[in-house]
Amino acid sequence: MSGTYLGMPAFPKAAREAVHDQTLRGNLRHATRTIRDKRARAVAELEDWPALRAAGRAVKDRTLRHLDRYLVQLEEAVTAAGGIVHWAADADEANRIVTHLVKATGESEVVKVKSMATQEIGLNEALEAEGIRAYETDLAELIVQLGEDRPSHILVPAIHRNRGEIRDIFARTMGEWGRPAPDGLTDSPAELAEAARLHLREKFLRAKVGISGANFMVAETGTLVVVESEGNGRMCLTLPETLISVVGIEKVVPTWQDLEVFLQLLPRSSTAERMNPYTSTWTGTTDGDGPQTFHLVLLDNGRTDTLADEVGRQALRCIRCSACLNVCPVYERAGGHAYGSVYPGPIGAILSPQLRGTQTEIDASLPYASSLCGACYEVCPVAIDIPEVLVHLRERVVEGGEVTRRGVRVTLKPAKGHAAERAAMRAARWTLDHPGALRAGQRLAARTRRVHPQRLPGPGRAWSDTRALPEVPEESFRHWWQRTRGGAR
Amino acid sequence: MNSRERVLARVRRALADVPREERPRDFPVPRDYLRRHGDGERSAARTAALLAGNLADYRAVVHRTSTAGLPGLLARLLAEHGSRSVVLPPGLPPEWLAAADVTVVRDRETVTPAELDAVDTVVTGCAVAIAETGTLVLDGGPDQGRRRITLVPDHHLCVVRVPGQVVDSVPQALERLDPARPLTWISGPSATSDIELDRVEGVHGPRTLEVILVED
Ligand code: SF4
Repeated sequence: MSGTYLGMPAFPKAAREAVHDQTLRGNLRHATRTIRDKRARAVAELEDWPALRAAGRAVKDRTLRHLDRYLVQLEEAVTAAGGIVHWAADADEANRIVTHLVKATGESEVVKVKSMATQEIGLNEALEAEGIRAYETDLAELIVQLGEDRPSHILVPAIHRNRGEIRDIFARTMGEWGRPAPDGLTDSPAELAEAARLHLREKFLRAKVGISGANFMVAETGTLVVVESEGNGRMCLTLPETLISVVGIEKVVPTWQDLEVFLQLLPRSSTAERMNPYTSTWTGTTDGDGPQTFHLVLLDNGRTDTLADEVGRQALRCIRCSACLNVCPVYERAGGHAYGSVYPGPIGAILSPQLRGTQTEIDASLPYASSLCGACYEVCPVAIDIPEVLVHLRERVVEGGEVTRRGVRVTLKPAKGHAAERAAMRAARWTLDHPGALRAGQRLAARTRRVHPQRLPGPGRAWSDTRALPEVPEESFRHWWQRTRGGAR
Repeated sequence: MNSRERVLARVRRALADVPREERPRDFPVPRDYLRRHGDGERSAARTAALLAGNLADYRAVVHRTSTAGLPGLLARLLAEHGSRSVVLPPGLPPEWLAAADVTVVRDRETVTPAELDAVDTVVTGCAVAIAETGTLVLDGGPDQGRRRITLVPDHHLCVVRVPGQVVDSVPQALERLDPARPLTWISGPSATSDIELDRVEGVHGPRTLEVILVED
């Protein structure tokens, strides 16, 4: 993964800054709580949710265990349907492929539908460097792009901006990029959405190249699936002459029937809807309807390294619903930017250090950006045991050991005495210093007993050596914390 | 080694712990989730009512009529919406619009996005409607047309034949659909909650979605 945001401080420092930003905290609290409650209702509507969750988990595990076979099958099916498949081992290669494909069309601008994979590889910046302008078309992405900002939430990337700020950004910057905001624009969400509709429509109607990701790829049929709300995805997928989709290799599912599981899990877990407003599926190209040239770029960029870790592998099941962010007490206080990657929150804390390795301060500190309360695991629609992976990664940071980097087995040195250790230590302390971030700790006892270490590994070890860790079953972390102030009493 | 070989080789090395003889089907996927939700058998009438309820819940406007009543209803809805022009997929029965006083644009490949943008309304049929989620699925059939015609105009009138095109659930819908065709699943008008999580109807897709359930 190319993109640690430049100059990105390690988790605790970034989190400290975020906590002092009152607007950000207010927005985040409101947003995460709203989604959380709605989601619980949407999930409760399906009496077979646990069975769907078990199926979703198993389908993804089956796929991952035979990923080579499914990727080859997918390639064959996409090719047979008229698509062209490219393989990219890393971010640079993916960016080179896409840049080359866009240049071959002779176009100097593209429309994009929100895609985490293209953010992960820094595609917009790579295109910009080659003189190609990429227009983000998701409302929130537009807000982020116009505000020269970074996304802070998987699903609602502008969750840290309130309506007044959005109005100001639109009024100030839309004119520089195309159709200006209407005079007298107010901060009503309907008016702001209308301004975005008009601003983007002229771009959609003239666009010749669209760039997307995909939520799922069906190996059996070669079908790609994009799940969305606003219709900008449909615009990008159907109006341009050329469509380029950049998709992580873990997004493949074996069969068409498997979609019946994920098209039930994802909308309810993500936007808390029975179904999201628009889902598009396409298989190669269709004569007379939609793009006549379709390129699929299959992206590795650290995914096979993650796959090589038998404990960490489960992070690749993630369907990016963002439910784990919305329940996370640490995320709610620290905000998405503190995670220093396009993948914030609990999933970011286990995915980024695996995709990028744990050599940098930010990546070494991420596994500590958690109180191990377990709420993320409970809501995860594909049952990723995030606390288990966090503990595993902490051990790796601290004790070193065998990992796979860019396809090669290497032995990491323990972080002891390095800057990474200090960063990790500060992250752990930050989490412990924010009792609010531990509030969900009631769940800790039952949930993390299995993964709760006898001693905190590494940076925490000195700490746990002198302060016996609580016996988890007897007392919740939260309760213990209140009683002892983290062992200080 | 090219990147295809490199990535596939990395995948195989990463999976060294998976027994060589394991086949995908050896790894079990429990499929004991439901094919449809709710208790007991639903009558066709109750399924249609559920569809109507869920469509309305996501702010589609629902109407009910018979085949004989369809042209009159379409004419009335177009007039009420103030539509002066409609775009129609090539295979939509012409008699549906017999009573409407509008300029008809028959969609062809040569119709440009800008021309579609100037049209007030699109009228289509559908392939399948899902009652439990309030979803319409279009598959590009003759009465549905190219994907863009239900995207660019601001008003979509969609005709659903009841009970023939209605299924209970997502699993039942996928069984009926052909993955080789480009599909558009529509659940209510386009929407965003990107501004402080306030749901706003209509960003880029049609801001008004009206569904006509035709029962005979
Ligand atoms: S880890 Fe699970 S809960 Fe979090 S975004 Fe991924 S699928 Fe959703």
